[in-house]
Amino acid sequence: MTETTTPRVELTGITKSFAAMRALDHVDFKLYPGEVHALLGENGAGKSTLIKIMTGAVAADEGEVRLDGAPVVIRSPGDAREHGISTVYQEVNLVPTMSVAKNVTLGREPRKFGLVNWRAARERARSRLARLGLDINVDALLGTYSVAIQQLIAIARALEDDTRVLVLDEPTASLDANETKTLFDIVRDLKAQGIAIVFISHFLDQVYEIADRITVLRNGKLVGTAPTAEMPSMRLVSLMLGRELQSVEQHRTATGTRTFADAPILVAAGLGRRRSIAPFDLSLHAGEVIGLAGLLGSGRTETAKLIFGVSRPDTGELKLDGVTVSVHSPRQSIRRGIAFCPEDRKAEGLFLDLTVRENIMMALQTKRGWLSQLTFDERERIAREMIKALAIATPDADKPVGQLSGGNQQKVVLARALVSQPRILVLDEPTRGIDVGAHADVVTLIRRLCTEGLALLVASSELDEIVAVSDRVAVLRDRKKVGEIVGDEITRDNIIQMIAGAP
Amino acid sequence: MTQESTTTTAAVAGPSMGQRLRWLVAQRALWPFVALALILAINGIVSPGFFNVRIVEGRLFGNVIDILYRGMPTAMVALGMAIVIGTRGIDLSVGAIIAICGAMIAWRIQAGDPHWVVLLIALATGLLCGLWNGFLVAILGIQPIIATLILMTSGRGIGLMINLIYGGTNPSFESPFLQWLSVGRIGLVPTRIVMGVIVFLALWTFIRRTALGLFLEAVGSNPAAADLTGINSRIVKYAAYLLCALLAAWAGVIVTADTHTSDPVSQGLFVELDAILAVVIGGGSLAGGRIYLAMTVVGVLVIQALTTTILTSGLPPEYNLVVKACVVLAVLLLQSENARAAIWIFFARGRSAK
Repeated sequence: MTETTTPRVELTGITKSFAAMRALDHVDFKLYPGEVHALLGENGAGKSTLIKIMTGAVAADEGEVRLDGAPVVIRSPGDAREHGISTVYQEVNLVPTMSVAKNVTLGREPRKFGLVNWRAARERARSRLARLGLDINVDALLGTYSVAIQQLIAIARALEDDTRVLVLDEPTASLDANETKTLFDIVRDLKAQGIAIVFISHFLDQVYEIADRITVLRNGKLVGTAPTAEMPSMRLVSLMLGRELQSVEQHRTATGTRTFADAPILVAAGLGRRRSIAPFDLSLHAGEVIGLAGLLGSGRTETAKLIFGVSRPDTGELKLDGVTVSVHSPRQSIRRGIAFCPEDRKAEGLFLDLTVRENIMMALQTKRGWLSQLTFDERERIAREMIKALAIATPDADKPVGQLSGGNQQKVVLARALVSQPRILVLDEPTRGIDVGAHADVVTLIRRLCTEGLALLVASSELDEIVAVSDRVAVLRDRKKVGEIVGDEITRDNIIQMIAGAP
Repeated sequence: MTQESTTTTAAVAGPSMGQRLRWLVAQRALWPFVALALILAINGIVSPGFFNVRIVEGRLFGNVIDILYRGMPTAMVALGMAIVIGTRGIDLSVGAIIAICGAMIAWRIQAGDPHWVVLLIALATGLLCGLWNGFLVAILGIQPIIATLILMTSGRGIGLMINLIYGGTNPSFESPFLQWLSVGRIGLVPTRIVMGVIVFLALWTFIRRTALGLFLEAVGSNPAAADLTGINSRIVKYAAYLLCALLAAWAGVIVTADTHTSDPVSQGLFVELDAILAVVIGGGSLAGGRIYLAMTVVGVLVIQALTTTILTSGLPPEYNLVVKACVVLAVLLLQSENARAAIWIFFARGRSAK
């Protein structure tokens, strides 16, 4: 653990580019035996690329990998396993319809005369699980166990007898507090056995509970590494979020503090959903912009989806214009004048086979119902207007939207939401993958709509964006709303302080 | 429907002949037409008088009419299949629906119902089958290929059981009304062709003059996005299976009235495969997202022209399926961008070698 011991894994000057994008830029990373090393960073920081290089899934362009002081080349995940490096990925890579024993030994079954020796396999699975203090029926189907147990089984699978490095990629993402505690007991036990553990998580409380050392990446660069005791949460969060684009902050003062005296058009009272977001209160006035700030995985998207009706709340209620909404679904929401732009435009936003025009008019058409189709002229006019207003780069409205660039696709999603004439607009990461110029277009347009009375809820990982556009900011940490700030209090520092949980 | 063919014609005012040709070659919609034209041209050369159309007994006669006439039941089924495939689904039970409807027709005529009521019963039977398929796919969320396989395998048995209701030894019937719908004529034109045109126009109006077609394609293109955009994807999917079954029932009426007997074992056998093939030849993707009604009909005509050609050319009918497979493969290869690029490179290399 001390600096004098040889690191188990030492990465030096690791650089990796994907096409024109530099994912890692001369990153150093040291992992000592018997330590839990937390690797932190927002989306696109380079965490997963670094892990992939360490586990041989991706080859580095530059840089050196040393194991116990000796330079090695790790060519494949199989190679990494030979070197004693095992990974447990975030999505549990197991087969629910196979038995626990098969899952634990899959691909590495003990063989006898070329055939799988199932008795030995069961025995091996049992001993692996016993190492984690887990005594379960190895013949039962994996799917019959809870997600938490499945997570432990995944760890058991990764733990070979000679495993010396274990990478845990967001192991607690789908676990509740008790399950997390069990997992951490096991992690401490493995640590005591001298195994070096890389821990990736978005939950800062958990990082402080388990990690001995923290390394922070941002935009592919190493921005800080220190023992946990020397990394107070304030410093950690500011490292993760960075501090750039001071110019945008000045934009903020121009908008000043606006007060909204009239009754809110949307009120969430104690709205919550188990394992997703703790019950929260939120109110939204006409013309107001509320920012949802927080780290990745803090519950921004979950909050937005609960309000739009994508997921159903377990507790609390939602009021629109003072009337409690009983049945809440995306379809109802659009009829009631709420529009939503999802974070993942390819998976949830766009109809890639359909044309730009069809994509843009879709929400308005569903609002009108299938019987009253927009006329050809209306469709043409709406598409032309939106292409012009948002400066969507497309030769014509007949182009399949899948052929546009990412930024333009994002604009099409926004255009569709705007065309449905919403009173409330919920945006989840509205400027992801948009270039600077388009970013300004979008922010300006949103501002103008708000002066016309549109209420806006923006979830964003970009603090500057939140600071620039919001009248009020709701801050989230670990799937909980931890507070709200208004007007002049809205600064980067204040938000970072709240995210970090500092007094 | 085939929007690409209408919108891009205006855009090619300036480009050179070569560019125009390249653009034309890249149009997927071109190749089914080329295939159809080739098949017909070969026929014209092999058997002179192939394109002759005569009037016999007050009705148009000739090979071209014959292709349309015989292709009509498959065309009806294929139109429904195009819609279901557009929603990223598939309906394997259409052949079985034809068999069930045939059995219903024979039974109700034996029972003495008025023949126009029998027609309605047959169509209603189709809708009932659609309700079942839709329930499995849209409500229970069973994968379409499995869900419709249930009716596909059980349907012909159900047809035989219906035959047994009245003894079932001789499920044939006489019905001037139903036979007029199938083998009769309106003026010079066979009734089933007139009805086919009417069905096509009605279907086109139903899905293109309303937003239903857009919603069907949206559900097929990206189900998650469709839900978030407020489309009720359950009802939309349901509509697709109902339409498909209804069209299959109409095909069942044509087929059954043609032979004026119910034969659940062989009526409409393998029609689902021809229908799927027609949709794919017409440019539809099994991954869903697009519905090309007119091109699907062209796909049916390619298949039917081929079948007719083999029968009239004197080739043993055993060759039918193999030749059909080869032509279909050729059309699909030409539609595939990868294959076209490979062919292009192959020829370019051959030229430079000389």
